[in-house]
Amino acid sequence: MEKPIKLSCRNVWKVYGDSPDRFFDQGAGTVPDPDAHAGGIRESGHIVACGDVSFDVHVGEIFVIMGLSGSGKSTVVRCLSRLVEPTAGEVLLDGEDLLKKNAAELIDIRRHKMGMVFQSFGLLPHLNVIDNIAFPLKLQGLGVAERRQRAQRVIDLVGLTGREKSYPRQLSGGQQQRVGIARSLAVEPDIWFLDEPFSALDPLIRREMQNEFLSIQNQLHKSIVFITHDFLEALRIADRMMIMKDGQIVQMGTPAELIVSPADDYVADFTNDVPVTRVLTARSVVRATDESDRGEGLPEVDEKCCIEDLLPVLAEAPGVRVRAEDGTSLGIATAENVIRALARESTADGR
Amino acid sequence: MGAETGQRLLWVVLIGLLLMTQLLGERGDWFIAYPEGWVVPLTPILNGAMDWFIQWTGWFFRGLSDTLAVPVSGVQQFLQWLPWPVVMVLTAAASWAAAGWKLALFSTLALLYMVVVGYWPESMNSLSLVILSVPLAVAVGFVFGVWGFRSGRAEKIIMPMLDMLQTIPAFAYLLPILLLFGFGPVVGLIASILFAFPPMVRNTMLGLRRVSAEVIESGLMSGATPRQLFWQVRIPSASHQLLLGANQTTMAAVSMVIIASIIGGTADIGWEVLLRIRKAQFGESILAGIVIALLAMVIDRITYGFAGEDDRESAAEEGFLRRHRYLVIGAGAAVLAFLLSNVVPAFREWPRDWVIYPADAMNQWLENFILNWSDVIGALKTVAFYYIMLPVRVGLVDTISPYSWGFEFTQPMRLGYAALVMALGAWAWFRGRVRLALAILFMGVLLYFGLTKLSWLVLVAMASALGFQLGGRKLATGTLLALLSLVLVGVWPQAMLSVYLCGIAVIISFIVGGLIGITASEVPMVSRVVRPINDTLQTMPLFVILIPFVMLFKIGEFSALLAVVAYAIVPSIRYTEHGLRNLPADVIEASTSMGCTRWQLLTQVKLPLALPVIMLGLNQTIMYAIAMLVIAALVGTNGLGQQVYIGLGDGDFGVGIIAGIGMAIIAMVADRFTQGWNAKRQAAYS
Repeated sequence: MEKPIKLSCRNVWKVYGDSPDRFFDQGAGTVPDPDAHAGGIRESGHIVACGDVSFDVHVGEIFVIMGLSGSGKSTVVRCLSRLVEPTAGEVLLDGEDLLKKNAAELIDIRRHKMGMVFQSFGLLPHLNVIDNIAFPLKLQGLGVAERRQRAQRVIDLVGLTGREKSYPRQLSGGQQQRVGIARSLAVEPDIWFLDEPFSALDPLIRREMQNEFLSIQNQLHKSIVFITHDFLEALRIADRMMIMKDGQIVQMGTPAELIVSPADDYVADFTNDVPVTRVLTARSVVRATDESDRGEGLPEVDEKCCIEDLLPVLAEAPGVRVRAEDGTSLGIATAENVIRALARESTADGR
Repeated sequence: MGAETGQRLLWVVLIGLLLMTQLLGERGDWFIAYPEGWVVPLTPILNGAMDWFIQWTGWFFRGLSDTLAVPVSGVQQFLQWLPWPVVMVLTAAASWAAAGWKLALFSTLALLYMVVVGYWPESMNSLSLVILSVPLAVAVGFVFGVWGFRSGRAEKIIMPMLDMLQTIPAFAYLLPILLLFGFGPVVGLIASILFAFPPMVRNTMLGLRRVSAEVIESGLMSGATPRQLFWQVRIPSASHQLLLGANQTTMAAVSMVIIASIIGGTADIGWEVLLRIRKAQFGESILAGIVIALLAMVIDRITYGFAGEDDRESAAEEGFLRRHRYLVIGAGAAVLAFLLSNVVPAFREWPRDWVIYPADAMNQWLENFILNWSDVIGALKTVAFYYIMLPVRVGLVDTISPYSWGFEFTQPMRLGYAALVMALGAWAWFRGRVRLALAILFMGVLLYFGLTKLSWLVLVAMASALGFQLGGRKLATGTLLALLSLVLVGVWPQAMLSVYLCGIAVIISFIVGGLIGITASEVPMVSRVVRPINDTLQTMPLFVILIPFVMLFKIGEFSALLAVVAYAIVPSIRYTEHGLRNLPADVIEASTSMGCTRWQLLTQVKLPLALPVIMLGLNQTIMYAIAMLVIAALVGTNGLGQQVYIGLGDGDFGVGIIAGIGMAIIAMVADRFTQGWNAKRQAAYS
């Protein structure tokens, strides 16, 4: 049922300071009490940029890391690609420990398996669009014709056709990030890192880019680690997400799980601003029904359909049939179920 | 509070001590004038060391010199052989590619001037040294820059070395090189490489460091090997800064090539100017000086154009011809010009009869001008002499005497003077302006006794105390050691003379330049007029600035002062205007919305906010003044500048190098003081 794991981050620590290695036995990140360990490290004047971070990214999944600035989310994503060398822990890509690779192997993995998009784009100012996008291919030593051809494919994918000869400074922010996205996809990576890719863009452009990102993902089905500080953005795109604070994980789960049962006040603070109708899905309001009541003749909706989209359907019909992803029926949801769920939410929040 | 009271007390004590030593001590006392017998005989030691060094390594440097002489004379002969239209066409094509048709036209006219006036061979001799030294200086600078970028330890060695190389006056460079490499154009080449490579080092380090972390990370994530990362990501991303460095290096090389001609035997344009200045031939020196100025401007604009041009590449890369159109057109036109020059003799060599050399007419005109306006010029000189030079000089150099003031300074007058100083000081003190009060007291003592007559012991102590206030223990110790070394080697009196001339020049430059800068920041018209003048003054080799002043006011300290001011005023104007124009817009808007008048806005918001930048301008003004001071020694100044010049003239390594390093010491102390002051101020605000 579960998809295979693409990337696995196991007890990863990154400690800055004079002698960070002394806190770990031969780089093993498993400690009995991580919180106490991190506290001890901090007391000795070191900085714990990320502490005991563990998560899995499944094939084709969008995994979002959310946190405010300084929460360690950028450090985590850089540990995954070894742009930052973790102090302890394991990073398994397709089951192989990335931290055990030597420099040449690492370069090879970066060239063929990884792609990364940066907040301020990280484009090379002296290259035009197509050469920027073809740059990773050039580093691999591919010939001009082949890399131009492959670059052109991703240019078409991100909708930059016609701007091939422009230079980064001649493009708007949104267009520059399209170049960044295209470049990271040019090598056809398995795992795709996006470090706050839309944070530097205007709200309207950001929305548009999120939609395009989702439509690209629908075509390519990459395994994705996506960093953001914007909770709403995380909600829009995440399959699963985790929230970080002070270098450590606060909570991990699907967006709906986080909203329905936040682990603590910190998480709840983020979820408060989210309209409940956007978060609750048909699945969470469904009434389990016995085999006899299959709700024949009622409209069908997907289990992931949010209440906001469900309401207009319920206005026209006495109820809806909720269908799971594999096609089986989960049961029926009526307007009454929805109202009860919303009432439950608002009393729970005290709003 | 306690520390502040302590510092005030210290200053009161120091000033009191100064007064005491002056009143009680005799002129011959050891603590007033450092006894000659105590001077460490460094000059003969240095000369001996240099002789020994040359004896053992002379063959190496002579060999190097002979080797380098081959490409130098090769390039010289090639440029001489090349018909002038070919050079002109190539320069025009380069100008066009760098900055468009306006520069191409300017370059063409500039080169045409050199041809028509008949200074073509001299210009090409200078150009050939520039052509050789620039790539070498850029390469050396690049290598050191990369090294300093890569290793923190290397940077710690390189940075002070650069400071030293850039503060030692240009003339002082020539001396050891002259001794090691012998006479000839090679000296100019070596000197200009040494003088010109530091800016490239700085810009290389700065550029490589400024490449954003994300660009580097994106290169890494693209799978770049360390080598690929350096050559394909870092270097191209830093290219703008690197080209800027190359531009600065080129200008330094041009200026040093000109200065180096002072050693003679080069038959280049710098020599020509120098010769004419020495012979006091106004017309000739102006005509030749213009050649230098034009040469420098053309080279500067072309290299700067290549560094600043941003959209140059945006022309799509369609085909070889379009991509290299300037190269193709330039090469084609050059070949055409070459063929033509074989047919038309005037293109090969400009006929003597066609040379337009209006030197005599200009001399005649100047003579008439001086004759007609002798009253005004004389009055100007007299006024400046009696009301600026003399009072300051009296104060700084010599005590008030009947000779300079025309009357006897009687006892009641002395008492009156003392009472006045005390009253002014007390007034300031009780209004809470303690620093002002201390300054008044100090100036009162200084003006009465004269800077060179003041006790070196107390002055060094005062400078160290000031250093302590501005930069803590480290700066205090540095100042103490630096100034004591000046005393020990016996150049303290000359150093004080240099400080005197430099000090007046800096004060005038800073006040006048600051006012011009303020005006320019408020009135766009003024800014538009001042900017090209500044550009010209800054690219002009230092020699040329001397010419007009010498012609009008003859050789002497006054001409030197004006020349120093003309050069040192540029950074004051620039930084003041820049600082006032680039303030945070929200603060200006907030102040305006509070109802500030324009005057209030300027004096109470803009000036205080811009002060750090303006002080940076003061720092640069001091550095410029010191650099120009040595050049100005050519037309007659006393002090260390003159010593450097004497050392060079006599081939006396010890004298020249001690004076040169002495100037560097003064420059560095002044630099650290202004920087320390600025750092303290900024720390107070953040």
